[in-house]
Amino acid sequence: MGQIEWAMWANEQALASGLILIMGGIVATAGQFTKWYFGVYSIGAGVFVCLLEYPRGKRRKGSTMERCGQKYMTKVLKLFGPLTRNYYIRAFLHLGLSVPAGFLLATILGTACLAIASSIYLLAAVRGEQWIPIEPKPKERPQVGATIKQPPSNPPPRPPAEARKKPSEEEAAGAVGVSGGPQENPVPVIDEVV
Amino acid sequence: MGCWILNESLSIILVLSWLGVNLYLFIDTFCWYEEEESFLYTRVILGSTLAWARASAVCLNFNCMLILLPISRNLISFMRGTSTCCRGPWRRQLDKNLKFHKLVAYGIAVNATIHIVAHLCNLQRYHWSQSAHAEGLLAVLSKLGNAPNESYLNPIRTFHTNTITELLTTIAGVTGLIISLALILIMTSSTEFIRQVSYELFWYTHHVFIIFFISLAIHGAGRIVRGQTPESQLQHNVTFCRDHYAQWQKAAPCPMPQFSGKEPSAWKWVLGPVVLYAFERIIRFWRFQQDVVITKVVSHPSGVLELHMKKRNFKMDPGQYILIQCPSVSWLEWHPFTLTSAPQENFFSVHIRASGDWTEALCKAFGAEGPAPQEPWSLPRLAVDGPFGTALTDVFQYPVSVCIAAGIGVTPFASLLKSIWYKCESQIQLKLSKVYFYWICRDPKAFEWFADLLLSLETLMSERGKAHFLSYHIFLTGWDENQAVHIALHWDESTDVITGLKQKTFYGRPNWSNEFRQMAYAHPSSSIGVFFCGPKALSKTLQRMCRLYSSADPRGVHFYYNKESF
Repeated sequence: MGQIEWAMWANEQALASGLILIMGGIVATAGQFTKWYFGVYSIGAGVFVCLLEYPRGKRRKGSTMERCGQKYMTKVLKLFGPLTRNYYIRAFLHLGLSVPAGFLLATILGTACLAIASSIYLLAAVRGEQWIPIEPKPKERPQVGATIKQPPSNPPPRPPAEARKKPSEEEAAGAVGVSGGPQENPVPVIDEVV
Repeated sequence: MGCWILNESLSIILVLSWLGVNLYLFIDTFCWYEEEESFLYTRVILGSTLAWARASAVCLNFNCMLILLPISRNLISFMRGTSTCCRGPWRRQLDKNLKFHKLVAYGIAVNATIHIVAHLCNLQRYHWSQSAHAEGLLAVLSKLGNAPNESYLNPIRTFHTNTITELLTTIAGVTGLIISLALILIMTSSTEFIRQVSYELFWYTHHVFIIFFISLAIHGAGRIVRGQTPESQLQHNVTFCRDHYAQWQKAAPCPMPQFSGKEPSAWKWVLGPVVLYAFERIIRFWRFQQDVVITKVVSHPSGVLELHMKKRNFKMDPGQYILIQCPSVSWLEWHPFTLTSAPQENFFSVHIRASGDWTEALCKAFGAEGPAPQEPWSLPRLAVDGPFGTALTDVFQYPVSVCIAAGIGVTPFASLLKSIWYKCESQIQLKLSKVYFYWICRDPKAFEWFADLLLSLETLMSERGKAHFLSYHIFLTGWDENQAVHIALHWDESTDVITGLKQKTFYGRPNWSNEFRQMAYAHPSSSIGVFFCGPKALSKTLQRMCRLYSSADPRGVHFYYNKESF
């Protein structure tokens, strides 16, 4: 249990709370319930929480599954620097956001869920976790030079491998022997021009 | 071309049946509440939202009844063992139990949303009908219960309150809030991402279902859904009296209508499965108490720990798995491992790879990293539950079987191949006449513990003259420069340089189209069982191949796909 990254669960919980707040708000506003203006607030708060929580933070170890299309919100969140990085701020922000929604019945479930998310974030903050944006990996350009082996320096016709190998050389796996230096052909080469 | 509908049809039929029952229950209950006379006055106050709430409640009862059944492993194993007709397709359905569990969970979520929204509207309407602005029948109905000898209809008795207070002072309201919170906590900790991040978090949070079911059972105890009593209906004719509400008196054509609450029914739906699941946990606990003797511990270089154990009355089939618990590592966690020994051996064994918190701690506890072997009495105690049946027990039912394993997914097949070996030795007549085995592996070191088995199988088969019974292909999908050099050097030797086997290792991934085509050619009119253990992506590819190369002709070759999953 010691290795759990609580922020990951807090993130899922907060996202769900945002959706519940939006739904409760819509029900209250559409039905024109008593104090339905809290419903309007709840929709706004829900949208804000969803946008804030949509980009997943990076896990400390292992790979993180990104949510679809989260890179746009990641850019926005990075702009705020420590405000979005620090989980203490998030915990108190969520706690604050959840309180007004607690005055309307339709959104009370959203309040409870967001309060739970806030407490999990507090736990994550106490354990020193931080929100790290998931950066897109820079595409590795294959280095053109490194993969090409040194081309053979002896022009054809080349004598067979045994004749080329020096006695002190170790076995190379079928690589063309590069002995370096000018080649002395044991068989005289005559160019026949026809 | 494949006629995959035949293979997949049972799944679809079951899902459609489940959906059909849900829709039937919903619509039937909805129509009943919309038309039932005893609820006419309730409908005057609440409108259609009463029917929406009650219909979704019945669906919730149905789904909560179903949700515990797919995860009662012992029940499923029992059903596997006893199903006699059409075994193949039904057994394959039992493998998809987790998918069904998730489907029912989604059903619960949808119905819970409808139920909550409907009841929010109901509470608001009850509150509004107590206001001074309420007129006519609405006002009369809401005031019922104020005088002595009257039973109330509106559970909210005064306007000078708010709906939140009303919610929190009723049993139904408080339990409803608890149930919803429990459901949300369970669902947010069960997403695939969280299961990958921390399986323990998922497992421990899931136990909130205990609170869920207890609250569900007492949710209806307040009886706030009220309808007219049958005796009152005899005396008070609603169709006439609803228009003469000003003249309701104690004795007249319209005496005061009397109401009573509907008794709770959720407990009747969920009692059976809860008891079954309680038995399931008791069986696990009882198995935990039984002694498990560890007879051998082998630590393989690729981070794999092999344990040989013995337990009284332990009987297994090839391809089954057991759940292991190690109290010194964790009291609540049971982890599944496929058995790698054959039923004919007098011990059972598992190969455990250190790939997470629990497995790493277990390997450490068994001294996998230490230099000196541990004394038998200092080894940690283990508890074993199982064995539980999985798809591989079907391998012997087909005349031709294809077994495909990726990486550590080879463990179920280790047991199978050993079992084939023993059966060949005892010269039993088998329905199975040909086995194709494909192993795709990234790390040559992982061959090490399996290579012995394949080597002895190879020798045995050729001794018995059955060299063509088992045809295996090993694919190495990762290598570095040095290995490539080494392999190229020894290319022409008669035994494979990596495994030492006569059959050469292939490099790179298999071309499944070719493989399946060749098999379809070689066995033109057989049923071929395809068994796979490994990652999802490959599973999808293989399923597609099975569909593609199964012929449309019922007498032609058919590939039946079975997947192992943990």
